[in-house]
Amino acid sequence: MTAFDDAVPARPRAPARRPAPRQAAPLPWLKPGVFIGALAPLASIALRASRDELGANPIAQVENELGLTALILLVASLACTPARRLLGWTWPTRVRRELGLFAFFYASLHVFTYLVPDQGLDWGVIVEDVTRRPFITVGFLAFVLLVPLAFTSTAASIRRLGYRRWNRLHQLAYLAAVLAVVHFIWRVKIDVSQPLIYASVLGALLLVRVAVWARQRSARREERRPGASGPATSR
Amino acid sequence: MRGPGKRAGVALWGAILGEGRGCAVRKLPSEPPSSEITPEPLYRRRELLKNGVLTAGTAVVVGSGLLSLVGAAPRDAPEEQPLVHAAVPTARGPYDTDEPPTSYQSVTTYNNFYEFGLDKGDPAKKAHTLQTRPWTVSVEGEVAQPRVIDVDTLLQWFTPEERVYRMRCVEAWSMVIPWLGFPLAELIKRLEPTGNAKFVELVTLLDPKQMPGQRSSALEWPYVEGLRMDEAMHPLTLLAVGLYGTVLPNQNGAPLRLVVPWKYGFKGVKSIVTIRFTETQPKTTWALAAPREYGFYANVNPSVNHPRWSQATERRIGELGRRPTLPFNGYAEEVESLYAGLDLRQNF
Ligand code: HEM
Repeated sequence: MTAFDDAVPARPRAPARRPAPRQAAPLPWLKPGVFIGALAPLASIALRASRDELGANPIAQVENELGLTALILLVASLACTPARRLLGWTWPTRVRRELGLFAFFYASLHVFTYLVPDQGLDWGVIVEDVTRRPFITVGFLAFVLLVPLAFTSTAASIRRLGYRRWNRLHQLAYLAAVLAVVHFIWRVKIDVSQPLIYASVLGALLLVRVAVWARQRSARREERRPGASGPATSR
Repeated sequence: MRGPGKRAGVALWGAILGEGRGCAVRKLPSEPPSSEITPEPLYRRRELLKNGVLTAGTAVVVGSGLLSLVGAAPRDAPEEQPLVHAAVPTARGPYDTDEPPTSYQSVTTYNNFYEFGLDKGDPAKKAHTLQTRPWTVSVEGEVAQPRVIDVDTLLQWFTPEERVYRMRCVEAWSMVIPWLGFPLAELIKRLEPTGNAKFVELVTLLDPKQMPGQRSSALEWPYVEGLRMDEAMHPLTLLAVGLYGTVLPNQNGAPLRLVVPWKYGFKGVKSIVTIRFTETQPKTTWALAAPREYGFYANVNPSVNHPRWSQATERRIGELGRRPTLPFNGYAEEVESLYAGLDLRQNF
């Protein structure tokens, strides 16, 4: 369904009638630029920590910033394919894996901050939080879903799993993002306007996906109809 | 990026970089005039420079985008709060804790005062719009003589005393604050409520011009809190007019606020303009907003579970680890008897 960036081997059943796609411009600066930019939230935390500028409750501050950064990067990584579908941009697809891995990186730091500085590895409290506080339960599920995605993000994994299965697996990123947004909504004491912004962006991205999927499905059905002169039945 | 858009983009960058030839840098025309062929080392250097600039540009766009979305720009740090007329907490009275007070900076920059914004840094930045003089307090309801009292008149009636209290927020953090104030009981005695008065209701100013947060519908305004009469008459219950030996900063609820140290911080209604004695239990703001999470009593209770925060522990602001939360915030000895026979799990 998606053309993953340089990690994807040639599509197995690509129709041969289309001319070979032109070699895309190399844009050698794109990935390093995104890499450095994505480190900014971490650098900002480090800088403010060294200057004692994280406010009265630095642990909560850092925990929240890391969580929010993870969510933003996760949503950004999910926007890459819709951007190609809607706007014809292919460059975001090239940084999709990078954005997804950075989302996981920040989510891991967020969870680490919760476990170690915040709860002091008090497993009794942690287990109670995960099982009895709904907002932490869904955050935990979101994180659990991100782990296999991060570990199968390599080209070798795509080859091993086969593109279709790999792609199916990686659609879980949507579920993880939905859970992360619910985590955010439930965590807020009263004013959910900020989390709702992320919820609506995510909803819009999901809608694009569903629309594309529905169109492809009906197109496939069209092809399979006996007597239809689609490329698959024309011989 | 494909097609004309890309070519325009590349040409644009080329123009910015002073190359003038756009894509030609990478894809040389098939037969360029020899005068136009860039010598190899120069070409390499230009390519390197171009990529460097584009990398930096991308990094700046991505980085600043993230920082602004997260609200983590370094300038968002709270301003230094100079403490004028600093007074070291003095003689310890019977109700004072001898734990070290939380820094003035933290006490005055980490506040939940939604009338000035939802972020804890907002009140310190925005509460300067509050006009604390002239200020009047209206006394209403089941009282001998309903009236409006100027706050300065009210302050003349009492000599403020220092009280060093623990403050436990429902969000599982806590502080130690040296308040200046007088017992609410003394004021109530002077106001002479009638025999019908079972509760006292305290109300914050309602004025969206001075309190811009009231334009949002996050909570129902004005903020209302209340106490049972015996809680209000308890000697621990304080009306605060200052902290750290100086006048109460706006962000902490100037000119007059409630302090009930054995209850969660949200009971401490700020910038009070109305004191109303009632026969029925007041409808308090947080209990209305989320009745399953916040009750009327709101006594600090580590054994009542909250859907968002474990109330078993708390982080003292200024410390990194957590400490166990004590029943009634450590004031059980003084106040437990008020609740004899009351199921505190039901009446949380
Ligand atoms: C085991 C998994 C997780 C745990 C235990 C956890 C825990 C928490 C806690 C305790 C907070 C509130 C911090 C505070 O105010 O003191 C929080 C906030 C948050 N978390 Fe998580 N989290 C988890 C996973 C995630 C994941 C995977 C994401 C996103 C991809 C995420 C995104 C957020 C966001 C956006 C916030 C709110 C930030 C804000 O209010 O500005 N969390 N999390």
